[in-house]
Order: sequence, then C-alpha cells, then structure tokens
Amino acid sequence: MNVVAPFEGIGASVRRKEDFRFLQGRGAYTDDFNRQGQLHAWILRSPHAHARIRGVDTAKAAAMPGVVAVFTGADMARDNLGGLPCGWQIHNKDGSPMAEPPHPVLAHEKVRHVGDPVAVAIAATREQARDAAEAIAMDYEVLQAAATMKAAQAPGAPIIHDGAANNLCYDWHIGDKAVVDAAFASAARVVTLDLVNNRLIPNAMEPRAALGEFDRTTGDYTLTTTSQNPHVIRLLMGANVLHIPESKLRVVAPDVGGGFGSKIYHYAEEAIVTWSAGKLARPVKWTADRSESFMSDAHGRDHVSRAELALDANGRILGLRVSTQANMGAYLSTFAPCVPTYLYATLLAGTYTTPVIYCEVKAVFTNTVPVDAYRGAGRPEASFLLERLMDVAAAETGIDRVELRRSNFIPTDAFPYQTPVALQYDSGNYHATLDQALAAADWAGFEARRAEAAKRGRLRGIGCSTYLEACGIAPSAVVGSLGARAGLYEVGTIRVHPTGSVTVLTGAHSHGQGHETTFAQLVADKLGVPVAQVDIVHGDTAKVPFGMGTYGSRSLAVGGSAMMKAMDKIIAKGKRIAAHLMEASVDDIEFDRGTFRVAGTDRTKALVDISVAAYVPHNYPIEELEPGLEETAFYDPKNFTYPGGCHIAEVEIDPETGKVSMVNFTAVDDVGRVINPMIVEGQVQGGIAQGIGQALLEACVYDADGQLLTGSMLDYTMPRADDLPPVSVATHTTLCTHNPLGVKGCGEVGAIGSPPAVINAVVDALRDYGVRTLDMPATPSKIWTIINGGRRMAAE
Amino acid sequence: MPQVTLTVNGQSHTAEVEGRTLLVELLREKLRLTGTHVGCDTSQCGACVVHIDGESVKSCTTLAVMCDGASVTTIEGLARPDGTLHPMQEAFREYHALQCGFCTPGMVLSAIDLVQKNPRGLTEQQIREGLEGNLCRCTGYHNIVKAIAAAAEVMHGRRSEIARAAE
Repeated sequence: MNVVAPFEGIGASVRRKEDFRFLQGRGAYTDDFNRQGQLHAWILRSPHAHARIRGVDTAKAAAMPGVVAVFTGADMARDNLGGLPCGWQIHNKDGSPMAEPPHPVLAHEKVRHVGDPVAVAIAATREQARDAAEAIAMDYEVLQAAATMKAAQAPGAPIIHDGAANNLCYDWHIGDKAVVDAAFASAARVVTLDLVNNRLIPNAMEPRAALGEFDRTTGDYTLTTTSQNPHVIRLLMGANVLHIPESKLRVVAPDVGGGFGSKIYHYAEEAIVTWSAGKLARPVKWTADRSESFMSDAHGRDHVSRAELALDANGRILGLRVSTQANMGAYLSTFAPCVPTYLYATLLAGTYTTPVIYCEVKAVFTNTVPVDAYRGAGRPEASFLLERLMDVAAAETGIDRVELRRSNFIPTDAFPYQTPVALQYDSGNYHATLDQALAAADWAGFEARRAEAAKRGRLRGIGCSTYLEACGIAPSAVVGSLGARAGLYEVGTIRVHPTGSVTVLTGAHSHGQGHETTFAQLVADKLGVPVAQVDIVHGDTAKVPFGMGTYGSRSLAVGGSAMMKAMDKIIAKGKRIAAHLMEASVDDIEFDRGTFRVAGTDRTKALVDISVAAYVPHNYPIEELEPGLEETAFYDPKNFTYPGGCHIAEVEIDPETGKVSMVNFTAVDDVGRVINPMIVEGQVQGGIAQGIGQALLEACVYDADGQLLTGSMLDYTMPRADDLPPVSVATHTTLCTHNPLGVKGCGEVGAIGSPPAVINAVVDALRDYGVRTLDMPATPSKIWTIINGGRRMAAE
Repeated sequence: MPQVTLTVNGQSHTAEVEGRTLLVELLREKLRLTGTHVGCDTSQCGACVVHIDGESVKSCTTLAVMCDGASVTTIEGLARPDGTLHPMQEAFREYHALQCGFCTPGMVLSAIDLVQKNPRGLTEQQIREGLEGNLCRCTGYHNIVKAIAAAAEVMHGRRSEIARAAE
C-alpha cells in the first residue's frame, strides 16, 4: 500500500519536533545542568548608580560556611583579565573614533550603574554563596549620578568615564546636511516632531545563567550559557577577556528560553564562572534572579529625537532631517554603538521616496544599565519616528493619512531602489501590503465603528504604519567598512549518513524559532529526506565548525542560505557518484528531491544509494573523488534583506479610566518566501505583543539618583493574555532577489511595525482633545490626564 | 532540618529540607525534576506552576514543608506511561502554542486547571483572564488561547481528538 506522506517541504506548516521535549519537561536549559562537585556563584552588585570603590573587605565572607572563594575586580586585574569588548566602532563627524572606555568584568575602581557587578562569592550551595556575598564589606564613596541623557550632558555633569568628555561616546552623522538644509529652505511646509522611544527591558522568560567548567587534566574549559551565539562568546571571551585559545574553550548554548537580543552579548557572568572554574578546578554555576536580570541584562531602545519633514505643496516629501540622542548606559555593550547608527539612520527612508536625508546621532553614557539591541534594534526607533511623523504631517496638511503615505511610496517598478541612506532595497510592494491590510482591517468601515463606540461612551481610534526594515544581517565587508569588528556570514554543514539520514550542523541558534523543524524542512524540500530523518545540530562550538548565531532576523536568510549552498555541493558530488554508478555522463544526471536520474530515461538512483556508495566506495570513481558525502558552506550575504508591510491597530479608550483596550490588530507583512507559515505567524504574533507592550504598557524608569524604580515584574508591566487582542496576521510575498531561498526574515517585523500603529490609533481616538502627539507607553494615567486636562474641542 | 514526605507524579519521596526551601527548589534540585522552571522572583510569571492535590499552585511561593503529605503533579507527570500526551500537551503542539518552551510547563498546568474548573466551557475572554498569572514573552498568547479552547473540547468529552488547526 502506498501511503502518501503529508508534504513537509517549503510552505508546509509542519508541527515542531522540539515541542515533544518542551511539553514534557525535558528541555535542557542552562540552569537544568548540574555537574559533579559544582559550586554556586552569587554576584554582589552595586546598590549605587555612581560611586568610587574605596575598599573591599572579603574576610568575613570568605570564612562563612560552605564558601570556597570570594573574588573581586582586584583579583581579576592581578590575573591580567581583559575587559568586556565592544564589537563595533563608530566614528565621529570629524573622523575620530568613538570614546571606548574600558568595561571591566568586575568593577574595581568605580561603579557606574545600580547592578554593576563588584564581587563574586562561590560556595557549595546557592544560599551559602548569597549569604556570603551579602557579608562582603564594600566601602563606597557615593558620587552624583547622571541618570538621564539630559543630566549627563548638562554643564558640570558628573563624568562617568575619564576620556569621554561630557559623557559623549560619539557624535555621528549620515547624509549631506547642506543639501538637506537647502531642501528644507525650499519646502512649502515643514513638520516638526519631538519623540521619545521608551527604554525597555527584554525580560525573556528564562533568566540568564552560566556554568563554567575546567578540566585540569586536559586544560579544557567548557562554558554552558544562555546565549544566542556560542561561537561569538567563545571568540570574544577567549581572545579578549580570558586569553584562552579556541581549541581549549568549548561554549555550549543548550535550550535557551528566549533572547530577543538580550542574550547576544558577552556578559561579565560568563567570564566570571569560566575564570573561577579555572582557578578552583571545580564547576561554577550562576543563575540570575529576575530582579538581578532587571539590573544586568542589556536594556533596549531609549532614544530622544527631533524629526523634521519637508513637504511640497502637494504633500510630496522633499527631505528628512533628524537629530537623535541615544542612551548607551554606563558601559558599551557588545553591539550597542551600531544600533542607533547603522541599524537606525539607514532606515529613515522607510517605504518612501524621500530624496535627501540627514541624521545626526549623539550616543551618551549615563549611570544606567548598558543599552543594546532588543527585538528590532534601531528599526523600531526609525519606524516609530517615520510613521508618527507621517500621521502628524497628514493632520497638519489636511491630506488623508493613507493617501499621504501612498503618494510617497517607492513605486513597485523602482527596484532595486537606492535610498539616500546607503541601503539599496532589492524588492518590495508597499501598495500591495497596504491594500491588503486596509481590506483585512475594514479601514473603510471604521467611522461607523467609531460612532457606535461613542454611543457606548468609548473613544475608538484606528491607526496604521507602513514600515520597512533591514535585517538578514549582514554583508561582512559592508559592515566591516562601517566599523563592525566581526564578519557576519553563517555556516552550514550537511552530513549525509551512509544509510541516508542527514545531520545538519548550523551556526544559527534556535531559542524559540523552531529551527529543528524549519531547517529540516529545507532538507526535505531540496534533498527529499523526510523531516523525521533530518537532525539539526546547533549551539555547541565542539560540534558546529563556526557560526555567528541568531539575531537580526538572519537565521534563515543567512544560515538557511549556507545550508542551501552546502546542499548544492552535496548534489554536485552526488551527481558525479550517480554518473559513475549508472555509467552515464555527469552532465546527463538530473536531481530532484532525492532521486538522481539519467535524463530522458527511467534509470534512477536514490540518495541513499549514493550515500552508501560514498561510504563503501567499492564501485566508485576513487581516482577523481574522495569518499564520503559531507559538505560545508560559509555564506556571506550580498545585501541586507528588506521585509516590510502594513500594521493596523484599532483601540478603544474608556474616558473614565484612561485605559486603552486593543480591539483589533491586523498585520500584513512581506517576509519574502515563507518556509513554514505557522512559524512565521507565531514570530509575527510574538513581535506584535512586544510592540503593543512598548506602546501601552512597558517603561523602564529610573529616578534622578539612578535607582531603578521598575526593578521587578511588580513594577514593570509585562503584557498578559488579557492585554492583547486576537491578531490577524497575513503575508504578501515579494522574493528577496539575492539569497538562494528568497527569504527576508520575520523575527522582528512584529515589534517594528506595531508601536506606531498603536500610537497612531490612540491619537486618532483622542482627536477631539487637541492631542498632537503622545509618548509611549500610553498608560491610563497619561490618557486620563489628557482627557481631563485637555479642552474638549467642538467637532466641526 | 525538617523532613518532608510527598508524592510527586505518583512516586513517594522523603527529603530533608530547610525551613526556607521552596517547593520549586525541592523539585528541581533534590528530585532533579527540572521541567518546572523559575522565571521571576515576585510570583508574577507562572513558569513554576504545578498541581498540588489537583489544583494549580505557584511552586515558587510554596514552602516545601507546606507540602508534607501532598500529592504533586509536575509537567513530567502529565503524559501517560506509554508516552501518550495529555490533550493539553497535544493541543499546544498542534496550535504552535510554544516557542522557546520556558513558560510552557507552567502554562500547560495552569491551563489544565482552568479547563477542569470550567466544564461548561470558556469564552476567549475568560481564557485570557484565566491566564493572568502566566507570562509568555514569545507567542503573544494568540495560539495559547486557541490551544486551550481546543483542549477543553477533548477534556470535557465534546470531541474525541484535538481539532486540527486551520491552515
């Protein structure tokens, strides 16, 4: 009986293989690992935002029960440990390099943010380590803190780092200011908007953890860590901090419970446990408390901008001028400098034909937790600025919000399209995604819904954003010329086993994205091997040759492309073997999904026949071809990829309480070719939840002394199931023209398009209250104040 | 040191604990049942939810000594010995209601309790409100709500198997 297997290739919503272990409690997250003889580390952190360390007394702590060691920054300095490196160097307007102050693993002269690690207590149990850490006597000389960018740049502000005058990291720009100023001088109208992009805390559900091990008999170190990119950690920690060669350092990122960017960076705790394990020759394990995560995981966003749009009399955009301040926090995190520059300012054309753009960015140090990439990384900031500006421009010119966008769209026949801010878009159809979203959200029927809601005493509003982003990070030479200190290719190895199953080694890492299923689908589609027989290996530097990890929506665009190239090599070799086996010319061999055929005949060989021959090379072209069937490809992308789309939010406000309820959310995204529609929907839904969180709920708040007021989930409003609406998610596909899969990436688009759609809807709901603009989050308190403080304007 | 005897997933255990030991610590560290997770320190997130005597409880806010004589079910104890998944586990997979998997054990156990307590069914709004004690950062809850609705149909005998998710 022939049973037709369900289709598992590209385009199928294959249910996930990894779910079996997650659903039965058999996930292997870093804190789940326990090693013989392991010790536990507790990190002592600064309670002050800015202070000099006058002295550290660890004697009492070291004598406490179960304590094996107490280490400080001075101990690390004695061992000549390097500081935590920054992976991207930005240059100032005058060509000089940015200020790049040292970032010690454990602070030892000064502390610069609440949460700055100063010492570590290592003991037999976590409780003993904690008790000991609390007994370390720190002598601090408290200094005035600069908790905001404004305070940090004020005359007489406390200097956070010697060598960073005025607490400025860099003053960068892109574009020709004189050309843009001229466009503004000739404009019929200039629309100006001041915007804040609120600081966020990523809060992946799994707190960070790290387990360091050292084998004295072999000299091998192993670090198990909650990372999105174990090879990057091996490189940065090995080369820059601990001076361990790669061949003696294995980094494993096992199951990781979410990242969203916050688990990209090389953090102090990774170096602390690895170094300590070496010194003590015992495994050392650290797991963050959630409150500890709040003050040690990199935060996101935190921009203050002034944006100006120059328009002609018909609403065509003549130019854009932006001035942004971006908060770096107390130290430079691994990728921080590139986020508000090359991942932000280069997106300021968006979906529009804006001919000239100038953007200057000042990156400022403050006495707060370091800030770095968080889902979207620079692109949500750009989209928020552009899409709020478009709505304000529409209101001021009287042009319909949708028509203003449409009339400025890059036409569908204009691709490849060179923007004035370095990026060249390969493909896109912004009219299609806009039209599809307007129809799905019933934009046309909205006014009737507004009137009906008003009868119920509710203020209803609708808003859209037509966003574009750049991901599939990144062409190595391009980013290298822009200051990146790493390549951004990806690696894939395809190992066909003798009896035909396949193991894939990928440098990409899955921390929720479902690679064990979706990457197997690529192999099922191209090589014809069933998903159940394809094993995806990731997250272990001992198994996978190299890799740059997963972030910037790159795993499929770059990692998947590497796999495709490796499979091309497998097929090429397979054809030569098949030609030998079938005594035909290699040019006459065709391959389709697992079958090699002599063209025009019914003579075939299955992939398994080829793999058996390759590993048992008795009937084999041994003079010309080595045995085996395993190929590796390194893929360096030719360009970024450019997903884009349209998000539409519909809200209702209760004027009595100011509460904004999400009524509907519609997303139409162009993410290029869709491999697994179910996975894409899930990624977009998750991103939208984070975007709605930014728009309505989340804010990281510090007081003027740099104390973190939103220090736990009691005060930081995480989105819950009843905060979020059902979301309608659809895709419209224009293929990426420059990678083998035609994919653009979908991991971040949800968080990029949604915040401006929501705020545009809220402002629309408040249109009778004279609200020009509103900062995120649009909390009930803010809305209630507007409604009750604002004069209710009579409708025309 | 106090001693506590409790049944976990049908097996009896006796352990010496400190007065301050949390149930989740007993499960993860003494019994090496690491399926129950710790996601926060203020009892917000629900990653630690288990069933104690049939009801969902946050094991991070329960002292081990309070569980003397109790019967605890963790995520490891849901599937049948022959590997057949609980309808809620099946539904979560069918509807793609998990991504990184970290909130999933607590989410599944909370969901089972929610459905068990509402045999006549739940509206979407009631499911969303019933999940207030469980945070997920990955999925946006959309598919979790769908999975729970689908599982409820099977758990209350209105369907014999989990309905396929719409393509």
